[in-house]
Order: sequence, then C-alpha cells, then structure tokens
Amino acid sequence: MDFEQIDQVLQKYKYRHSNIISIMQDVQGLKNYIPEEVIRYISEKMELNLARIYDIATFYKTFSLVPRGLHTIKVCCGTACHLGGSDRNLDQIKRSLQIEEGETTADRQFSLETVNCLGTCALAPVVMVEEDYYDEVKPGRVEKILLNYRSDTEG
Amino acid sequence: MKRINSQTDLENIRDTILRQRDIFTKNIRICNTGCRARKSLKVSVALSQEIKARELADTVAIKETGCHGFCELGPILVIEPENIFYCRVKAEDIPEIISETILGGRVIKRLLWQDPQSGPVTCERDLPFYREQKKHVSGNCGKIDPTNIEDYIVNNGYAALSKVLTTMSSNKVVDTVISSGLRGRGGGGFPAGIKWRICASAPGDVKYIIANGDEGDPGAFMDRSLMEGDPHSIIEGMIIGAFAIGASKGFLYVREEYPIAIEHLTIAIRQAEEYGLLGDNILGTDFSLSLGINKGAGAFVCGEETALMVSIEGKSGTPRSRPPYPAFEGLFGKPSVLNNVESFANITQIFRNGAAWYSDIGTQGSKGTKIFSLVGKVKNTGMVEVEMGTTLRKIIFDIGGGIRNSRNFKAVQTGGPSGGCIPISKIDMPVDYDSLREAGAIMGSGGMIVMDETSCMVDVARYFLNFLLFESCGKCVPCREGLKQMHTIMTNICEGRGEEGDMELLSELARFMTTASLCGLGGTAGNPVLSTIRYFKNEYEAHIFDKKCSAGVCKNLFAYEIDENLCNGCTLCAVKCPEGAVSGVKKKPHTIDIENCIKCGICFSLCKQEAIKVV
Repeated sequence: MDFEQIDQVLQKYKYRHSNIISIMQDVQGLKNYIPEEVIRYISEKMELNLARIYDIATFYKTFSLVPRGLHTIKVCCGTACHLGGSDRNLDQIKRSLQIEEGETTADRQFSLETVNCLGTCALAPVVMVEEDYYDEVKPGRVEKILLNYRSDTEG
Repeated sequence: MKRINSQTDLENIRDTILRQRDIFTKNIRICNTGCRARKSLKVSVALSQEIKARELADTVAIKETGCHGFCELGPILVIEPENIFYCRVKAEDIPEIISETILGGRVIKRLLWQDPQSGPVTCERDLPFYREQKKHVSGNCGKIDPTNIEDYIVNNGYAALSKVLTTMSSNKVVDTVISSGLRGRGGGGFPAGIKWRICASAPGDVKYIIANGDEGDPGAFMDRSLMEGDPHSIIEGMIIGAFAIGASKGFLYVREEYPIAIEHLTIAIRQAEEYGLLGDNILGTDFSLSLGINKGAGAFVCGEETALMVSIEGKSGTPRSRPPYPAFEGLFGKPSVLNNVESFANITQIFRNGAAWYSDIGTQGSKGTKIFSLVGKVKNTGMVEVEMGTTLRKIIFDIGGGIRNSRNFKAVQTGGPSGGCIPISKIDMPVDYDSLREAGAIMGSGGMIVMDETSCMVDVARYFLNFLLFESCGKCVPCREGLKQMHTIMTNICEGRGEEGDMELLSELARFMTTASLCGLGGTAGNPVLSTIRYFKNEYEAHIFDKKCSAGVCKNLFAYEIDENLCNGCTLCAVKCPEGAVSGVKKKPHTIDIENCIKCGICFSLCKQEAIKVV
C-alpha cells in the first residue's frame, strides 16, 4: 500500500475527525477496498480510536474490508426493479458465476453486489457492471451481459 | 467573469449574457444526466463533432441539460425554437438530424413519439406526458445546462436571493415561508416556515443549514434529477434559508450512488463562489455563507434527520430521540435546519414569484406542486411534476398513459418503505399529504410505483420489510426485533408456511412498532404491511390458506404451464431453459416438467405467444 497517497488524503481533509467518512471514501477509491493495515495507519495518524473507524467501516455499506473483483456487478433491487423481476436476474447471475451476493469469484474477475436503488427506476430492472448501465434486463439476457466482461483479463 | 456585488450587477450580467446568445438560430437540448444510462454521452459527442464538421458552431447551440422527465424515451433531444421532440436517439441518427431538421427544416418521423391513438407528435409541449404537468420546481431541468451558472442566471436565477438580501429582514423571510404554506418535501410534511422560526429564535450564534439529498427510498429519483438538472435552485434556496435562521455554514448531504448529482453540485458551489453568490459578503451585503458537500456512504437510515447530522459529524449514522429537536440542538449540538433538497428548490420559487402566487397552487392543506418519480408497470415512466391535489387517475392514466402490455392497474405504492399501497377503489383520490395519510400511505419523498396483476402485494410488503430489516441501525429494540419477527412471518407466508392468525400478529407488531420505535424508519415500517392487509386481504388469504400466488411471484406458490392452444412450438423456451425442463417437438405444443422447473422466469419472459401461464 502506498502510504504517501493516504497522507495526501489526510492532509486534504486536515486530519479532522469529523471528516473521517470522507477520508475513508477517498482512501477506498484508491484500491476499491480498505486493507486492515490502512485502517490502523489512519487511526494512528489521526489519533482516532481504531474501534470508531472499524465501526464506520462496518456500518456503512459502501466500505469493503476485503478485496473486490476486477468487475463489480451491482444489481439494483429498488422497488421498480424488484417489480420488474430483479430477483430473477440476481438468481441468474449467481447461478452463472457460482457466487452469492457480497462475494467475489475465485479468479477475482467479478464481485456481486446488490444496491437499494440506483435512481434509474424508469429503466427498471437495471444491472450495472462497473460504470455501464444495462436497462430492462431479463434473466435471459444475463449471460450476454456477462460475456462483455468475461474475456477481459487485464489487471 | 465578474463578481456580482449588487442587484444592478446581477441584472447587467443577465442582459450581457442574453445579448451574447442572440447569434444562435437553433438550440439543441440533450439530456446528459438520466439518459446517460442509455448512452446519451455518445449522442452528445456525435452531435458536437457533426456541428463542428459542418461549421455550424456559430449558429447552432448545443445544451447538455439535466433530466427532461420522460426517461422511458431516452436519450431525448429537443430542437428549439420549433420545440421538436426526438426520442430514443442514437449517435447514428445525428448526421440525419443535422441535414434534415437543422438545415432542411424537415421533421424525421421515426424519431418522434408515437401517440397510441393519434400517431406521431412533433412538439414536446404537445405530448400528453408534459401537457398535464405543472413544471415549476423542475422547470429548469432539461432546459438549462446545470454546469453553467450563466444559464441559471439568465432564467431569473438568484433574483429571489437578491430580493431577499436587499429588501427583506430575516423575520420577513420566515413570515413569507409560513404564509406560503410550504410543507417539507422529504416525507413528513412538517411546515417548513415553522421549523425555520423555531431555529431562528433559538439561542446561539452558530447555526447550520442542511440540505438532505440522501434520497434513499427505493423507486424514487426526483431529488437526483433535481440535483443533477438544476443544482443552483437548491443552493439559492439554501442561502435564503441560511439568511433566515442566521447560519453562516451549510452542508449538502448527497447519496454516494449519485455521482452526477455530486459533480453538478460541486461545480455549482464553485461557480456561485466565483460570482460572489456564496462565500463572504454575498451580493455585496454583510451576509456570508459557505457550503460543503458530504457524501452518504450507503446507509438508508441516514435520511433521518438526526442520523444524517451524526453522519456529518463523522460517526456511524444512528438516530437519537427527540426532543431536543434539531432546530434547538442539531448538528454539532447547534441549532440547525434540515430540509429536503426539493423543499429548498420550492423556497426559491416562493421568493421568485411571491408567497401569494405559491399558496394559490394546490389544495387547502398542501400548497404548491410536487415532483414524483412515476415508475413500475406504467407506460410512460419518468419524473413528473403536478399540482398538489391532482388525482391519481390523472397522474397514472393521463400523464403515465395507463398500464403497460394491456394489463390492469392493481395498486400504486407511494412513500417508499414508510408508505403504503393504494388500490383501484381510490384512483380518483387527490394526491396531497392528508388524503394519502388517510388512505394508509404517505406522500414520502415522491416515489410512485405502479403495479399490475403480475405484482404480488404480499411480496411487495415482504420486500419492504426485507429492505428495512437490512437497513435498520439496530439501536432500538422495537425496530430491530420487530422487523425481524415481521419479516419471518412474512417470509413464511410467501414460501407457503403461512398460518391462521399471521395477519393479526403482523398487524399487532406493526402497530406496536409505530408507537415504540425511536425514529421514522421503525415508526413507519408497518405501513406497507398494514395497507396491503387493509386493501388486499384476499391475496394474503390465498397465500396463507390456498397456498397460491396468482401473480406468479412467490415461487413456492405457483407453477408455470404451457397453454397448448397458444403454443406454436417455436422451441425458444426449450432452447433457453437452463434446466432443460421444457420438452416438445418443433411446431407442436411444448410441455414443462414441473419437477425440474426452477421458476427462473426465462421462458415466461421470452414467449412471444404468451402461451406460458401461471397456475
């Protein structure tokens, strides 16, 4: 881990305790998760109780303490998506990747997450892979969507 | 760019911008926020390249706007001054649009919206979707470039603020909000002016103004559209609020899941500072205000005001008991006013047009207009703004165009996980705070999710309980344990283990949680259950006693069957079935092996003959 980058984040937020959530969001942006050593480092540098940082890291859904896969799949489970059959899309993705939500495939290619609402309800049901939106998804389309990323072996 | 130091400066700059814009003969407005999910950025790039290549940049202006509202049809592109409305535009359509419409003056029929009855409609204003709306608060969305403060200023932006700071006392501002009748748009509907008055008169020199943009209700995206499409209207309202209560620092709390909203608000704050509309000595007066943005980190409960404030303080966002109310003791223990972002955009309207103008709109108890996100099984999905008191029928059938796929309306869910489901018998009900509450729902932030006969009302109630169970912070026992028990009972019902007495037990738990929970999350958690038991008792009974889910949602309570009179043996279902559970000979009716069927729904969604039935 590059601690210099973390120092820059801490300086940007002036080591203020009230900024801890923003600091952790920025730090997570570096590696898409927060390693334990980084939590310890922040705690020491900010003179902030380790338990408080751990509390925040586990309370807010955005934070991950384990590495994520190369491609993060977000299945929107908002009300409009639920009515449109997002559960079935989720089931199909789980079957295809052989993982449960919150997990990462063994080859570290995909992480599967569900989100409460992406705010694109008019296009429901929506699945997001990285920054790409897929609208009006049906279970029969899932395989085709995943195929766009399967061959991608960079990273 | 010049710092604006007075009302005259503001008027001068508006005139200058208008003069500079006289040269354009055409203006193309393209949505680049909500429509991004439909690849509008590609369309936008193609448009800029084509305009440049044809050397039209001096006469044709391109405006990358926020949400036009009719998201169903995205990407949307509107050509002014003719008001030609093109939908589902692709990058490949751009050269044709330029040569045919911009240069040739001819309308391309295939890009127009088709009215199911009367055929293609050319102008945006003639679409029934827009005709029946009253776009006041969201009026700039889809019209202006939200990343350019000049666009906002030209459209009367910051005129309300200028009027407030130069001609009104803070007392007068509070009085105006009270007399406008504005009620908070976040859900509860508490009179905004009263909240301001309490905070303004609370002792203390340091006070805070906070905007809640943590739109957590699933199925709602009005706040997202507003923040993305017209960020300055929210900021202007916040500055007015800060002046009224005497705050010099403010915060916007926005969901992390809305990156475009955060980006546009960040740009808007920076531009407002550059123009002297935020920061020290706003508009050359003694009043100063600085605004910051806090990103939510994925916790629904942070939409609750005390939890939100705790989150800004850098802690895990759990609510606390009230009193003391935040107007006395809020953020960092100081008197604070927290309003929803839509409420602040309403404030701007009130001071731009006057409290009397505002209170003429709406009903006795609910003034002004309300923005809804109209989604679900309705034909025209999108963001709509209507006068308070408009009937559900008008919203769903006139604006929304009715139910998709020739199905029937079953219910509309309003108010998110705190709200309820309203049945067909109440379709002519006016939509306002009090009528909705009477019907067992709430206004909430404005999600309006339409359901048809393929939606299972028992499953909808279970869905919201599941959502809340996951989002409950666990601080108070009624919410933490009550949700767990209700969810267990509900899951049993949906999975075929329902028993006599379950409905009574659910109602009892729901009522108990309403009284005993610490905050609104648990306090309103029973609403989806109570309202569905009230209006759709027969569906609960079918699940509990007959073990049937006629909507085909609860997997243990239905089976798929192929209607041999409708099946033409196209084999699509047999090919696509992941379990090989469909068999049959080509061009002959197929059958489903119920033992192997996992009810994934693939065949059901693919069959063009609609031969697959739920039994």
